[in-house]
Amino acid sequence: MISASAETTASRIARWQARLANFSLSTYGLLGYLFFYAPIILLVVFSFNDSRSTALWNGFTLRWYGEMINDEQVILALWNSLFVAVVSTAVSTVLGTLAAMAMERFTFYGKLAMDALLYLPIIIPDIAMAIMLLIFFNLSGIGFEPWRVELFGIRLAVPYSVIIGHVAFNISFVAVVVRARLAQMDRTLEEAANDLYADSWMTFRRITLPMMMPGILGGALLAFTLSLDDFVITFFTSGAGFNTLPVRVFGMIKKGVTPKINAVSTLMLAASLLLVIISLVARKGGEDAPVDLNL
Amino acid sequence: MLFPAVTWLVVFFVAPLFIVLVYSFLERGTYGGVVWQFTVENISRVFDPLYLNTFMRSVYIAMITTVICLFLGFPLAFFIATRPPKRRNTLLLALMIPFWTNFLIRTYAWLTILRTNTGLINTSLMSLGIIKEPLPLFGNDFAIILGLVYGWLPDMVLPIYAALERLDWSLIEAANDLYASGTKAFMRIIWPLSLPGVVAGSMLVFIPSLGAFVTPAILGGGKSLMIGNIISNQFLAAHDWPFGSALSMLMMVLMLMATLIYFRSTTSKGS
Repeated sequence: MISASAETTASRIARWQARLANFSLSTYGLLGYLFFYAPIILLVVFSFNDSRSTALWNGFTLRWYGEMINDEQVILALWNSLFVAVVSTAVSTVLGTLAAMAMERFTFYGKLAMDALLYLPIIIPDIAMAIMLLIFFNLSGIGFEPWRVELFGIRLAVPYSVIIGHVAFNISFVAVVVRARLAQMDRTLEEAANDLYADSWMTFRRITLPMMMPGILGGALLAFTLSLDDFVITFFTSGAGFNTLPVRVFGMIKKGVTPKINAVSTLMLAASLLLVIISLVARKGGEDAPVDLNL
Repeated sequence: MLFPAVTWLVVFFVAPLFIVLVYSFLERGTYGGVVWQFTVENISRVFDPLYLNTFMRSVYIAMITTVICLFLGFPLAFFIATRPPKRRNTLLLALMIPFWTNFLIRTYAWLTILRTNTGLINTSLMSLGIIKEPLPLFGNDFAIILGLVYGWLPDMVLPIYAALERLDWSLIEAANDLYASGTKAFMRIIWPLSLPGVVAGSMLVFIPSLGAFVTPAILGGGKSLMIGNIISNQFLAAHDWPFGSALSMLMMVLMLMATLIYFRSTTSKGS
């Protein structure tokens, strides 16, 4: 009798303890997410503030967005950012995918060194990579001359050095993502295709490539995001007078805080959000997409 | 197939790395650039107390940042890993959004919050009459560490989460059945099994924190500097490229050491 009631009390205490633990863990989780989101939300809120202050609310306005759109420097920087991101993503996706296939499918002499070479740009801090490239472009005398293009009536002059630098750090990220996809791929389909007398090109075109596609898209999206976000390497490799959006924002911050910077930041935030959504949709599509077996 | 990528990386990564190594042993030119004259003066200057102090301070800041991220990140990863699978995905996605947001913008957000006279915290507290003098929230190590923790915390949470997610929770039930206390179950099962995630996360936080440039430039208010700022000053202001090269070589040696320790600890676990 006595031991049974003691047992119930003990289990009751245990249950309350478990509940308390779970409650504090949930509270902690909530606070953690609040910590992540509060600064971002405040940043967006004050981009609509009808005052120069980013601390005291004074009513709603779109004035700062108007100023942003009318700032030619910002608009030019936006186009520069997009151009650099598109070109460097295209180049690094092709090079990174090829490298990933070679690394995952073949064994060869010096593979370990290749592995190290591919990982180094990921782990090296961007400031080190930035000054390495700065010295290299200065010494070799290549890269600083601009690539002139006209897009939708806006003349861009993008130094090759910036694009080269972006490709150099993006190759590795693409290679890692594509390799991860290749490593988890079921190879029996490729073997089946071979057994059915598909030549190697056909097998690649109809089986390997479609199955790799989510990895390639994922890698390309990562490269695009990293390129859009990069500040340090662009800042050091661009020479004077060339701005991408982050470089422009840094220059604006150095001159002083204004809600216009909040407006530009909100625009960039929206772009990141869009990219997250695209990557989710792409991943979902990749999982569900049937492999085209119509040989 | 490797050829294009390898060529690119050899020309635009390995060659620059090699040039930086060579530059650290050359004399500086008057207007930037170098004079091709061998010297070890740059290397010895790196160990000048003036610069060595900044180096030690940067290592210290990076270590504090890593420890804080670990203490904040582990429970957060644990929280996510113990939710039902559907909630887990939502929470992970919610973590990806700040993670994908531009680092510069996330740092700027804290600038508007922490600034001395016109920052959100000090303005609010002063207008509410809670404080009379602004709190020293900006332009010091506190601001830098806060900015770094905010910037790199997801890099700690994600690998630990990945380790916890693979954890076999029946082990803990078994431990409970065998009357192990919660602390004991944690120390004997959860902690050892999540260690690979902890080590990976610590690396992912420590290395970029040590090489930080943006955070001290914006939140350090020009006073509180780290090694990344000293390096950039050699190129942007002081025009002493060889010395800047020597400083970054030392920084890379430190990172390499940290990385080797990391690989050591993970491979010994595997065997």
